[in-house]
Amino acid sequence: MIKNTSLPIQGKEPASNFVIALAGNPNVGKSTVFNRLTGLKQHTGNWPGKTVTRAEGTFSHRNRRYTLVDLPGTYSLHASSTDEQVARDFICFSRPDLTLVVCDATCLERNLNLVLQILEITDRVILCVNLLDEAERKGIYIDIDMLTRKLGIPVVGTAARSGRGLSRLKDVLDDMVAGKIATTPWQVIYDPELEASISEIEKRLTPYLPDWISSRWAALRLLERDYSILEHFTGNKNEQFPQPVLKEEVALCLQ
Amino acid sequence: MNRIVISNPLSLVDIPVGGSARVVNILTIGANRRRLLDLGLVPGSQVEVIRRSPAGNPTAYLIKGTLIALRNDDARQILVDTN
Repeated sequence: MIKNTSLPIQGKEPASNFVIALAGNPNVGKSTVFNRLTGLKQHTGNWPGKTVTRAEGTFSHRNRRYTLVDLPGTYSLHASSTDEQVARDFICFSRPDLTLVVCDATCLERNLNLVLQILEITDRVILCVNLLDEAERKGIYIDIDMLTRKLGIPVVGTAARSGRGLSRLKDVLDDMVAGKIATTPWQVIYDPELEASISEIEKRLTPYLPDWISSRWAALRLLERDYSILEHFTGNKNEQFPQPVLKEEVALCLQ
Repeated sequence: MNRIVISNPLSLVDIPVGGSARVVNILTIGANRRRLLDLGLVPGSQVEVIRRSPAGNPTAYLIKGTLIALRNDDARQILVDTN
Protein backbone atom coordinates (compact mmCIF):
# COMPACT_ATOMS: atom_id res chain seq x y z
CA MET A 1 0.00 0.00 0.00
CA ILE A 2 1.33 3.36 -0.97
CA LYS A 3 0.60 5.99 1.60
CA ASN A 4 0.62 9.56 0.47
CA THR A 5 1.83 10.69 3.87
CA SER A 6 5.39 9.91 2.89
CA LEU A 7 5.25 11.75 -0.41
CA PRO A 8 7.40 14.82 -0.64
CA ILE A 9 4.64 16.78 -2.32
CA GLN A 10 1.81 16.76 0.15
CA GLY A 11 -1.16 19.04 0.12
CA LYS A 12 -0.62 22.58 -0.97
CA GLU A 13 2.82 23.93 -1.62
CA PRO A 14 3.51 27.63 -1.24
CA ALA A 15 1.53 29.48 -3.91
CA SER A 16 4.69 30.33 -5.79
CA ASN A 17 5.28 26.69 -6.70
CA PHE A 18 2.56 24.85 -8.61
CA VAL A 19 2.56 21.08 -8.85
CA ILE A 20 1.53 19.50 -12.15
CA ALA A 21 0.95 15.76 -12.43
CA LEU A 22 1.85 14.33 -15.83
CA ALA A 23 -0.26 11.28 -16.68
CA GLY A 24 -0.94 9.20 -19.76
CA ASN A 25 -0.81 5.79 -21.41
CA PRO A 26 2.60 4.17 -21.93
CA ASN A 27 4.45 5.36 -25.06
CA VAL A 28 2.57 8.55 -25.80
CA GLY A 29 5.65 10.76 -25.59
CA LYS A 30 5.01 11.76 -22.00
CA SER A 31 8.71 11.90 -21.19
CA THR A 32 9.36 13.96 -24.32
CA VAL A 33 6.77 16.48 -23.14
CA PHE A 34 8.37 16.35 -19.70
CA ASN A 35 11.88 16.96 -21.02
CA ARG A 36 10.70 19.71 -23.35
CA LEU A 37 8.93 21.56 -20.57
CA THR A 38 11.65 21.15 -17.98
CA GLY A 39 14.55 21.55 -20.38
CA LEU A 40 15.97 18.15 -19.39
CA LYS A 41 16.55 19.32 -15.86
CA GLN A 42 14.99 16.19 -14.45
CA HIS A 43 16.12 14.04 -11.60
CA THR A 44 14.57 10.69 -10.86
CA GLY A 45 13.35 9.62 -7.48
CA ASN A 46 11.92 6.58 -5.84
CA TRP A 47 8.52 6.28 -4.28
CA PRO A 48 9.01 5.24 -0.68
CA GLY A 49 9.13 1.48 -0.38
CA LYS A 50 8.50 0.97 -4.09
CA THR A 51 10.69 0.13 -7.04
CA VAL A 52 8.63 2.31 -9.34
CA THR A 53 10.51 5.45 -10.22
CA ARG A 54 9.15 8.79 -11.13
CA ALA A 55 10.81 11.84 -12.55
CA GLU A 56 10.37 15.28 -11.18
CA GLY A 57 11.47 18.49 -12.81
CA THR A 58 10.89 22.19 -12.58
CA PHE A 59 10.33 25.05 -14.98
CA SER A 60 9.24 28.65 -14.87
CA HIS A 61 6.79 30.42 -17.11
CA ARG A 62 5.33 33.93 -16.86
CA ASN A 63 7.00 34.41 -13.47
CA ARG A 64 5.45 31.29 -11.96
CA ARG A 65 7.39 28.27 -10.87
CA TYR A 66 6.13 24.76 -11.63
CA THR A 67 7.10 21.30 -10.46
CA LEU A 68 6.23 18.65 -13.03
CA VAL A 69 5.80 15.10 -11.72
CA ASP A 70 6.06 12.41 -14.41
CA LEU A 71 3.83 9.50 -13.35
CA PRO A 72 4.15 5.92 -14.63
CA GLY A 73 2.34 5.31 -17.93
CA THR A 74 -0.93 3.41 -17.42
CA TYR A 75 -4.02 2.44 -19.39
CA SER A 76 -6.24 2.82 -16.37
CA LEU A 77 -6.38 4.08 -12.80
CA HIS A 78 -7.99 1.06 -11.21
CA ALA A 79 -5.07 0.36 -8.93
CA SER A 80 -4.72 -3.18 -10.22
CA SER A 81 -0.95 -2.75 -10.53
CA THR A 82 1.65 -0.78 -8.61
CA ASP A 83 2.05 1.65 -11.50
CA GLU A 84 -1.65 2.35 -11.61
CA GLN A 85 -1.85 2.81 -7.89
CA VAL A 86 1.10 5.23 -7.84
CA ALA A 87 -0.53 7.29 -10.59
CA ARG A 88 -3.96 7.19 -9.01
CA ASP A 89 -2.81 8.03 -5.50
CA PHE A 90 -0.80 10.96 -6.73
CA ILE A 91 -3.59 12.47 -8.84
CA CYS A 92 -6.20 11.85 -6.18
CA PHE A 93 -4.57 12.19 -2.80
CA SER A 94 -1.48 14.34 -3.31
CA ARG A 95 -3.72 17.00 -4.79
CA PRO A 96 -1.58 18.45 -7.57
CA ASP A 97 -2.62 21.91 -8.72
CA LEU A 98 -3.51 20.35 -12.03
CA THR A 99 -3.16 17.15 -14.00
CA LEU A 100 -1.79 17.21 -17.53
CA VAL A 101 -2.87 14.12 -19.47
CA VAL A 102 -0.82 13.28 -22.56
CA CYS A 103 -2.54 11.34 -25.35
CA ASP A 104 -1.32 9.68 -28.55
CA ALA A 105 -3.08 11.34 -31.50
CA THR A 106 -2.66 8.17 -33.59
CA CYS A 107 -4.82 6.10 -31.25
CA LEU A 108 -6.98 8.60 -29.42
CA GLU A 109 -9.82 6.18 -28.69
CA ARG A 110 -7.59 3.96 -26.56
CA ASN A 111 -6.24 6.98 -24.69
CA LEU A 112 -9.58 8.57 -23.87
CA ASN A 113 -10.41 5.76 -21.42
CA LEU A 114 -7.78 7.10 -19.04
CA VAL A 115 -8.86 10.70 -19.65
CA LEU A 116 -12.45 9.94 -18.61
CA GLN A 117 -11.23 8.11 -15.50
CA ILE A 118 -9.13 11.12 -14.48
CA LEU A 119 -12.08 13.45 -15.11
CA GLU A 120 -14.04 11.43 -12.54
CA ILE A 121 -11.37 12.28 -9.96
CA THR A 122 -10.67 15.92 -10.67
CA ASP A 123 -11.84 18.81 -12.84
CA ARG A 124 -8.41 20.42 -12.90
CA VAL A 125 -7.27 18.65 -16.06
CA ILE A 126 -5.64 19.70 -19.31
CA LEU A 127 -5.41 17.31 -22.24
CA CYS A 128 -2.33 17.35 -24.45
CA VAL A 129 -2.89 15.49 -27.74
CA ASN A 130 0.67 14.62 -28.64
CA LEU A 131 2.31 12.99 -31.67
CA LEU A 132 0.28 15.20 -34.02
CA ASP A 133 3.10 14.95 -36.57
CA GLU A 134 2.92 11.18 -36.60
CA ALA A 135 -0.86 11.29 -36.87
CA GLU A 136 -0.64 13.64 -39.86
CA ARG A 137 1.74 11.26 -41.58
CA LYS A 138 -0.92 8.57 -41.14
CA GLY A 139 -3.61 10.88 -42.49
CA ILE A 140 -5.27 11.35 -39.11
CA TYR A 141 -6.71 14.78 -38.36
CA ILE A 142 -7.70 15.63 -34.79
CA ASP A 143 -10.42 18.23 -34.27
CA ILE A 144 -8.97 19.94 -31.17
CA ASP A 145 -11.85 22.44 -30.87
CA MET A 146 -14.44 19.69 -30.96
CA LEU A 147 -12.52 17.70 -28.30
CA THR A 148 -12.33 20.79 -26.12
CA ARG A 149 -16.09 21.31 -26.36
CA LYS A 150 -16.99 17.65 -25.83
CA LEU A 151 -14.65 17.03 -22.90
CA GLY A 152 -15.22 20.40 -21.24
CA ILE A 153 -11.51 20.87 -20.50
CA PRO A 154 -8.70 22.68 -22.36
CA VAL A 155 -7.14 20.57 -25.11
CA VAL A 156 -3.80 21.44 -26.71
CA GLY A 157 -2.32 19.71 -29.75
CA THR A 158 1.43 19.11 -29.70
CA ALA A 159 4.28 17.43 -31.49
CA ALA A 160 6.68 17.46 -28.54
CA ARG A 161 9.63 16.04 -30.48
CA SER A 162 9.82 19.19 -32.61
CA GLY A 163 8.52 21.47 -29.87
CA ARG A 164 5.33 22.33 -31.73
CA GLY A 165 2.46 23.48 -29.51
CA LEU A 166 4.52 23.62 -26.32
CA SER A 167 4.51 27.38 -25.78
CA ARG A 168 0.73 27.32 -26.14
CA LEU A 169 0.61 24.41 -23.68
CA LYS A 170 2.59 26.45 -21.14
CA ASP A 171 0.24 29.41 -21.62
CA VAL A 172 -2.80 27.19 -21.01
CA LEU A 173 -1.18 25.66 -17.90
CA ASP A 174 -0.58 29.15 -16.61
CA ASP A 175 -4.12 30.34 -17.40
CA MET A 176 -5.57 27.39 -15.51
CA VAL A 177 -3.34 27.86 -12.47
CA ALA A 178 -4.25 31.55 -12.51
CA GLY A 179 -7.92 30.58 -12.37
CA LYS A 180 -8.71 32.03 -15.79
CA ILE A 181 -10.15 28.75 -17.10
CA ALA A 182 -13.30 27.11 -15.79
CA THR A 183 -13.84 23.47 -16.74
CA THR A 184 -17.04 21.44 -17.15
CA PRO A 185 -15.69 17.90 -17.42
CA TRP A 186 -17.67 15.36 -19.38
CA GLN A 187 -19.17 12.80 -17.01
CA VAL A 188 -19.77 9.15 -17.71
CA ILE A 189 -23.41 8.37 -16.88
CA TYR A 190 -23.90 4.75 -15.84
CA ASP A 191 -27.11 2.73 -16.05
CA PRO A 192 -30.00 3.81 -13.80
CA GLU A 193 -29.53 1.02 -11.26
CA LEU A 194 -25.87 1.90 -10.77
CA GLU A 195 -26.62 5.63 -10.67
CA ALA A 196 -29.15 5.01 -7.88
CA SER A 197 -26.53 3.12 -5.85
CA ILE A 198 -23.99 5.86 -6.49
CA SER A 199 -26.29 8.58 -5.13
CA GLU A 200 -27.23 6.49 -2.11
CA ILE A 201 -23.58 5.83 -1.19
CA GLU A 202 -22.62 9.44 -1.92
CA LYS A 203 -25.32 10.68 0.41
CA ARG A 204 -24.18 8.47 3.27
CA LEU A 205 -20.46 8.93 2.75
CA THR A 206 -20.30 12.69 2.36
CA PRO A 207 -19.74 13.46 6.08
CA TYR A 208 -16.79 11.07 6.13
CA LEU A 209 -15.07 12.50 3.07
CA PRO A 210 -12.52 15.28 2.97
CA ASP A 211 -14.21 18.04 0.99
CA TRP A 212 -11.67 17.87 -1.84
CA ILE A 213 -12.53 14.28 -2.77
CA SER A 214 -15.21 13.67 -5.39
CA SER A 215 -17.91 11.72 -3.56
CA ARG A 216 -19.09 10.26 -6.85
CA TRP A 217 -15.62 8.89 -7.55
CA ALA A 218 -15.35 7.48 -4.02
CA ALA A 219 -18.76 5.81 -4.36
CA LEU A 220 -17.74 4.20 -7.63
CA ARG A 221 -14.55 2.78 -6.12
CA LEU A 222 -16.42 1.38 -3.15
CA LEU A 223 -18.96 -0.23 -5.49
CA GLU A 224 -15.99 -1.94 -7.13
CA ARG A 225 -14.96 -3.16 -3.67
CA ASP A 226 -11.79 -1.08 -3.78
CA TYR A 227 -11.38 -0.32 -0.10
CA SER A 228 -7.79 0.95 -0.41
CA ILE A 229 -9.15 4.48 -0.79
CA LEU A 230 -10.62 4.40 2.75
CA GLU A 231 -7.22 4.96 4.31
CA HIS A 232 -7.22 8.45 2.88
CA PHE A 233 -10.57 9.41 4.40
CA THR A 234 -10.41 11.20 7.68
CA GLY A 235 -13.63 13.15 7.61
CA ASN A 236 -14.30 16.68 6.45
CA LYS A 237 -13.10 19.83 8.14
CA ASN A 238 -15.87 19.82 10.75
CA GLU A 239 -15.71 16.24 11.88
CA GLN A 240 -13.09 13.53 12.18
CA PHE A 241 -13.95 9.86 12.04
CA PRO A 242 -11.86 6.98 13.27
CA GLN A 243 -11.17 4.29 10.68
CA PRO A 244 -13.31 1.56 12.37
CA VAL A 245 -16.40 3.83 12.33
CA LEU A 246 -15.78 4.62 8.70
CA LYS A 247 -15.34 0.95 7.72
CA GLU A 248 -18.56 0.05 9.52
CA GLU A 249 -20.47 2.77 7.70
CA VAL A 250 -19.07 1.63 4.36
CA ALA A 251 -20.06 -1.97 5.10
CA LEU A 252 -23.61 -0.75 5.83
CA CYS A 253 -23.70 1.23 2.59
CA LEU A 254 -22.73 -1.75 0.51
CA GLN A 255 -25.27 -4.17 1.94
CA MET B 1 -26.09 -39.93 -28.77
CA ASN B 2 -27.73 -36.73 -29.84
CA ARG B 3 -25.98 -33.62 -28.83
CA ILE B 4 -27.73 -30.38 -29.44
CA VAL B 5 -25.33 -27.57 -30.13
CA ILE B 6 -27.17 -24.36 -29.35
CA SER B 7 -24.39 -22.11 -30.44
CA ASN B 8 -20.77 -22.40 -31.29
CA PRO B 9 -19.14 -19.28 -29.89
CA LEU B 10 -15.67 -18.50 -31.11
CA SER B 11 -13.15 -17.14 -28.65
CA LEU B 12 -10.05 -15.11 -29.38
CA VAL B 13 -7.79 -18.20 -29.14
CA ASP B 14 -9.63 -19.74 -32.12
CA ILE B 15 -8.51 -16.95 -34.46
CA PRO B 16 -5.36 -17.87 -36.44
CA VAL B 17 -2.35 -15.61 -36.74
CA GLY B 18 -3.06 -13.03 -39.44
CA GLY B 19 -6.78 -13.21 -38.84
CA SER B 20 -9.00 -10.65 -37.17
CA ALA B 21 -12.25 -10.68 -35.25
CA ARG B 22 -14.71 -8.44 -33.45
CA VAL B 23 -15.27 -8.70 -29.71
CA VAL B 24 -18.80 -9.81 -28.82
CA ASN B 25 -18.60 -10.46 -25.10
CA ILE B 26 -16.18 -10.95 -22.22
CA LEU B 27 -16.96 -13.84 -19.91
CA THR B 28 -14.79 -12.98 -16.90
CA ILE B 29 -15.93 -10.80 -14.02
CA GLY B 30 -14.29 -8.58 -11.43
CA ALA B 31 -10.79 -7.18 -11.67
CA ASN B 32 -9.86 -9.39 -14.60
CA ARG B 33 -12.80 -8.11 -16.65
CA ARG B 34 -11.96 -4.55 -15.71
CA ARG B 35 -8.38 -5.09 -16.88
CA LEU B 36 -9.43 -6.48 -20.26
CA LEU B 37 -11.90 -3.61 -20.76
CA ASP B 38 -9.19 -1.08 -19.88
CA LEU B 39 -6.91 -2.64 -22.48
CA GLY B 40 -9.55 -1.82 -25.10
CA LEU B 41 -11.31 -5.20 -25.27
CA VAL B 42 -14.85 -3.87 -25.28
CA PRO B 43 -17.73 -5.29 -27.31
CA GLY B 44 -17.38 -4.08 -30.88
CA SER B 45 -13.58 -3.72 -30.79
CA GLN B 46 -11.71 -5.10 -33.77
CA VAL B 47 -8.78 -7.35 -32.81
CA GLU B 48 -6.01 -8.59 -35.10
CA VAL B 49 -3.90 -11.64 -34.23
CA ILE B 50 -0.28 -10.66 -34.85
CA ARG B 51 1.88 -13.55 -33.62
CA ARG B 52 2.16 -16.39 -31.18
CA SER B 53 5.16 -16.92 -28.95
CA PRO B 54 7.25 -20.03 -29.72
CA ALA B 55 5.49 -22.02 -26.98
CA GLY B 56 2.10 -20.89 -28.31
CA ASN B 57 1.31 -18.84 -25.22
CA PRO B 58 0.98 -15.87 -24.89
CA THR B 59 -0.26 -14.40 -28.17
CA ALA B 60 0.18 -10.83 -29.37
CA TYR B 61 -2.94 -8.98 -30.48
CA LEU B 62 -3.34 -5.58 -32.09
CA ILE B 63 -6.06 -3.78 -30.15
CA LYS B 64 -6.98 -0.16 -30.92
CA GLY B 65 -3.53 0.62 -32.28
CA THR B 66 -1.48 -1.06 -29.56
CA LEU B 67 0.13 -4.50 -29.45
CA ILE B 68 -1.06 -6.37 -26.36
CA ALA B 69 0.04 -9.86 -25.27
CA LEU B 70 -2.64 -12.03 -23.70
CA ARG B 71 -2.44 -15.44 -22.09
CA ASN B 72 -4.56 -18.04 -23.84
CA ASP B 73 -6.54 -18.53 -20.63
CA ASP B 74 -7.59 -14.89 -20.80
CA ALA B 75 -8.13 -14.89 -24.56
CA ARG B 76 -10.45 -17.89 -24.19
CA GLN B 77 -12.79 -15.71 -22.11
CA ILE B 78 -13.20 -13.23 -24.95
CA LEU B 79 -15.97 -14.23 -27.34
CA VAL B 80 -15.67 -12.95 -30.89
CA ASP B 81 -17.20 -13.17 -34.32
CA THR B 82 -15.37 -12.98 -37.62
CA ASN B 83 -17.91 -11.12 -39.76
